[in-house]
Amino acid sequence: MLEKALKGSPRYFGALIACLAVMGIGGGFYLYQLNVGLTITGMSRDVSWGFYIAQFTYMVGVAASAVMLVLPYYFHHYKTYAKMIIMGEFLAIAAVIMCLGFVIIDIGQPQRALNMVLHPTPNSILFWDMIVLNGYLVLNAVIGWTSLMSYWKRMTPPSWVKPLAYLSIIWAFSIHTVTAFLYAGLPSRDYWLSAILAARFLSSAFCSGPAILLLLTLAIKKLTKFDPGKEAVKTLATTITYAMCVNVFFFLLEVFTSFYSNIPGHTDPIIFLFTGIEGHTYMTPFMWTATLLGLGSLFLLIPPKWRENREILVPALIMLVIGTWLDKGMGLIVGGFTPNPFDRVTEYLPTKPEVMIALMIYATGGFVLTILWKVALEVRAEVDGKL
Amino acid sequence: MQGSRRDFLKLAGVTALGLSAATLGFLGEGAQAADALPMAADFANPLTAKRWAMVIDTAKLDDDTMDKCIHACHSFHNVPDIKGKQNIKWLWKDDFEATFPSERPDYLAEEVKKRDFLLLCNHCTNPPCVRVCPTKATFQRPDGLVAMDYHRCIGCRYCMAACPFGARSFNFQDPAPFIKEITPIYPHRTRGVVEKCTFCVEHLAQGKLPLCVEASEGAMIFGDLQDPNSDVRKVLKEKFAIRRKPELGTEPGVFYIL
Amino acid sequence: MYNAKFIIPGLIIFLALVLFPFVKGFGNPEMKVELEKPKNAKECILKTDQMRDSHMVLLNEWRDMALRDGKRVWTSPVDGKKYDISLTNTCLQCHEHKDKFCDKCHNEVGVDPYCFSCHNTSPVKKEGGK
Repeated sequence: MLEKALKGSPRYFGALIACLAVMGIGGGFYLYQLNVGLTITGMSRDVSWGFYIAQFTYMVGVAASAVMLVLPYYFHHYKTYAKMIIMGEFLAIAAVIMCLGFVIIDIGQPQRALNMVLHPTPNSILFWDMIVLNGYLVLNAVIGWTSLMSYWKRMTPPSWVKPLAYLSIIWAFSIHTVTAFLYAGLPSRDYWLSAILAARFLSSAFCSGPAILLLLTLAIKKLTKFDPGKEAVKTLATTITYAMCVNVFFFLLEVFTSFYSNIPGHTDPIIFLFTGIEGHTYMTPFMWTATLLGLGSLFLLIPPKWRENREILVPALIMLVIGTWLDKGMGLIVGGFTPNPFDRVTEYLPTKPEVMIALMIYATGGFVLTILWKVALEVRAEVDGKL
Repeated sequence: MQGSRRDFLKLAGVTALGLSAATLGFLGEGAQAADALPMAADFANPLTAKRWAMVIDTAKLDDDTMDKCIHACHSFHNVPDIKGKQNIKWLWKDDFEATFPSERPDYLAEEVKKRDFLLLCNHCTNPPCVRVCPTKATFQRPDGLVAMDYHRCIGCRYCMAACPFGARSFNFQDPAPFIKEITPIYPHRTRGVVEKCTFCVEHLAQGKLPLCVEASEGAMIFGDLQDPNSDVRKVLKEKFAIRRKPELGTEPGVFYIL
Repeated sequence: MYNAKFIIPGLIIFLALVLFPFVKGFGNPEMKVELEKPKNAKECILKTDQMRDSHMVLLNEWRDMALRDGKRVWTSPVDGKKYDISLTNTCLQCHEHKDKFCDKCHNEVGVDPYCFSCHNTSPVKKEGGK
């Protein structure tokens, strides 16, 4: 089935080559980082996690979001998602690969990464994150590939696919909960020390991930003859809207608890992010842009007539993705480390090499996704006679 | 080359000053004096404890003494001198607001407002850094020390995120070029690993006190918290001491007498 | 066999490439390295052939004994003498010049142990010895 990725239109190979080119350029910067060290990034003693881990967190959300399709389809036999489901599962695979990539480029001694396996440490949430992410990768790969293969051979999938799919539903919730636990269990960072962080992660994942999936699917619709179906787009857009409402609501809950209790540990990071502290206002443009884009996307998505209008849906989804990315990406990490344990501000912005290396991982994900989606679309074209 | 008598006298004077300064220990206990090679016999009588702790009498410390303590630690342990935000420090000094940020004093006593405090790893009883390390590269010894195994550290910096006291530093680059004068009997670290104060575990193993305690001229007391007759217990019985961020439940092992 | 006209030549080329080093080196004399022996000690902590075979295993054990278990003294099974468990202070005290001893074998066999990224000073010299 993989051989279907070997033949394609010039545009297909163009996309692959573009991904490889970015991977190559970013790879050059990565070699530089391997030689010189993480000093080429903008991270510091105070802000010791940055752009890489921010992308990791966001992409775990995107990976987990496949469950928004898998759950209705497998649990509730929602056949409307029949065409989208494989695209969602394959997006999850690409997203998890990107997550693992972002972690590898972030650690200081990547050649020692196997120490996590040689010396398992169950009390460390990072250990469990490694287990659940790799497990999710295997699950999605097995479920996706087997169901696509069965579809191609016009057979019913083997009986073990369904229990695995059920497992993947639970597992999807777990990967993002475990990732949230990385942050939410640390006594040192007040911005993260909240029970609702896991719920916020899930809600932002369930709006941003399907939004990315929907945007990519609509893009594919323009490039190929693939049509997910009006109903599928409608339901997914509705899911995204509800999830974004919950996401914004949860953020407002955080704002309430912080400011009504007025505890400095809770208020300081939010004040820093949205108004700046002691003249350090470099984060405020990001956060206010995220707020405007997020609320703006809701404004466009809530009215059904607008949500069902492709011309409005697409910009709304783009606004949603950028807004959630700014909030969960930059806002979350920097807000956790600022102010530092000494109540001071150390500024963090990613450096150009840092961004290039992150783009390398994004390009890797794009490469994997392009190949997997090509296979899926080719299989569908062959079996259905049409896309 | 034409040198005048005045130039020669200037040079001689400066040289004499420098030599005497070094012998006076003005610059602190450099690597020179501490460079005795440890042999197996040196480890025959280690200092042992059930739970090591430190009490810092902050009123007895002035800036010069604190600088001496920091220099003693950093010079022996080959801590690199990197300027900027990617710096590495095991022991350092800062003001009251930075040391005790939860106090948020409105009207602070003049004495304390002027004073700087020594900060270091607190070697907590309940260390969150140990809890989160995925490889046990940082681990808690039976004597209460929170130790670092640089060989196993993968540089994930989770411990740095978890430490409420900002005690840990990461080697963003190779530290070797930044070590002014290397102490040959102690290794330095490599890039990509996290490091921090170790309560001088290699000195304790030889029956010696930590270097900062030795340099502090009595302002820092070090001992076994679980031994009722130890120096630390005695001083804690007499003087009221606080710890940094006690509300977090990490049970730090460094006490401050204000 | 399908595609035999590609597979057989391919296999032959593969075998040729893989076996080339062995064929080229056949009949070469045993590897000889010139090592500068330490000036101030005649005996190592273990016999020479033991050290040559397993010094890396010993160092791994020492690493965990000293750092993780807090055991700082090791008794040599050869002569019962006690040694400070330290790559820097025991090994590199005698083998002062890493480039004249350690690197000679390591470079010849093509290994690059990362120990020296930290333990690259000899306690005998004032500056870092490389």
